[in-house]
Amino acid sequence: MNADPRGVLTGSHFLDGDHAAAEGALAAGANFSAGYPITPSTEVVERLAGRFPFTGGTFIQMEDELAASIAIQGAVWGGSKALTVTSGPGFSLMMEHLGYGIMTETPFVLVDVQRGGPSTGLPTMPAQADMMQARWGSHGDYEIIALAPSSPQECFNLMIRAFNLSEKYRTPVLLMMDECVGHMLERVVIPSPEKIQIEPRRYTRKGPDEQYWPYSLEECNNGDLVPPLTKVGEGHFPHITGLTHDDRGYPAMNAKSQAVLLGRLVDKIRNNADDIITIEEDGTDDADVIVVSYGITARVCQPAISRARAEGHKVGFLRLVTVWPFPEKRIRELAGRVSAFVVPEMNLGQIVREVERCSQGRPKVRGVTHAGGAVHDPEEIYNAIREVMG
Amino acid sequence: MTRAEIKIAGFGGQGVIMAGIIVGKAASIFDRFHATMIQAFGPEARGSACSTQVVVDQAPIAYPYIQRPSILVAFNQEAYELFEPQLRDDGLLLYEEDMVTLRPNQRASLQTFGVPATRIAEEVGRAMVQNVVMVGFFTAFCDFLSYESVQKAVLDSIPPATKDMNLAALKRGYDHGRMVRAGDGVGVKV
Repeated sequence: MNADPRGVLTGSHFLDGDHAAAEGALAAGANFSAGYPITPSTEVVERLAGRFPFTGGTFIQMEDELAASIAIQGAVWGGSKALTVTSGPGFSLMMEHLGYGIMTETPFVLVDVQRGGPSTGLPTMPAQADMMQARWGSHGDYEIIALAPSSPQECFNLMIRAFNLSEKYRTPVLLMMDECVGHMLERVVIPSPEKIQIEPRRYTRKGPDEQYWPYSLEECNNGDLVPPLTKVGEGHFPHITGLTHDDRGYPAMNAKSQAVLLGRLVDKIRNNADDIITIEEDGTDDADVIVVSYGITARVCQPAISRARAEGHKVGFLRLVTVWPFPEKRIRELAGRVSAFVVPEMNLGQIVREVERCSQGRPKVRGVTHAGGAVHDPEEIYNAIREVMG
Repeated sequence: MTRAEIKIAGFGGQGVIMAGIIVGKAASIFDRFHATMIQAFGPEARGSACSTQVVVDQAPIAYPYIQRPSILVAFNQEAYELFEPQLRDDGLLLYEEDMVTLRPNQRASLQTFGVPATRIAEEVGRAMVQNVVMVGFFTAFCDFLSYESVQKAVLDSIPPATKDMNLAALKRGYDHGRMVRAGDGVGVKV
């Protein structure tokens, strides 16, 4: 399906990542956002609030992040495409409702423009320290999809991708920005609507008089684990609960139902990891050392890589566009043939643990940590590359 | 040179960020370059230090940060004091001459040129367009930026009702730049 032209601001623009993310949401067809604005994510909802009146959408400023993150889910069950946007402390507050969205299979996009933490931390300064919270922040077992843009253009592109994945797999998707990408301005090219592919929401084909069960796979093809939605208020009366439930949506609190439901929730992501995961590689084929990075840090490490390459070292670059699910298959393959991974990130060591896990002790894994508040000095990353080169 | 690294700094409220947006937009939307702009983003809105870094390059810009700017546009004394030491030895310093007094022992290797941007802005209408005067002045030294693309970027960035005042501010700043540059021939290419 092509994008609805009403939301698409076709042309070349000089935008920051926050504004570009808002345009991505509009292009994806988002027509509802509830938010509790917080630095450095405020510009996203500021732009949505200004643009929605022209595209037919609604923005509500809520009393807090809990309200924002549940209001969007009500909107989705009413037929809207919805997102909320937050940072740091707000992301923590939204964790309960992120879990609710996963459990009830409610598609929406949650944007976290990362700033320094814990707690209120550094409101105006960058970090990439919510990456493990993105993975495990809500209680219970689940799989999550999280994307990490490195430029304003990618904030636009990945916002559309986030909505598409959320519809395809009927699950919340996280767009993990950082303050640098959010506040950096760069050219953003917005294509014409017919060049933007939108994953349509899959609705039940059942009429109002037929029995619709919100978690039944009867309308799914073999192997497809994603049941279709309905619009509340148009004939069906689904029961939606965060409790462990059966196909009908009714509470079924026993070990068997739990195993069936969680198994499906996890498998619908794991079985489709190849479809969900996007990574970017450069010079990894014959690399001795590969720098694994994401977000703004994937750009900050470039001078270090260029310098090491200019000195004759074989340094590859791998950028996680999809951070969750983690591209473990590819990292394992590469782990068999490189001597080391260098993992710079603006935190005290998060994604580096995943790289270590997939490396299984074969190549050296060297994190390059930063407590946040500023990006790395490329020199630190260069020094780490030289150090693992021995 | 294949990469211009521009630092623009002054008080919050002087239009420093808007000046950066106009330059970045002119280069990357209305001209053929790539540009990135990073804002020093603080909790204060007006009256405190404010700066932006704009990188302009012929190639896509992987690293958007500036360690040693090639051009500093200083709107006030604090900006000059703070960022002049970062300028490369062959750098270009452009400054608001009524707001900035150069140190007597100023590095001789720098090219330095001043403009009374606030006075000019007041003459064309209001002091608030001083940033557009500065952008015009800056444009006169940037061989890589055409006046036309900067003009388009200004028009794309301001409320339509202030069009005449802003265009006059840009022209006056540019003309002043052409005039003071004439003797030296200093300019920046990308």
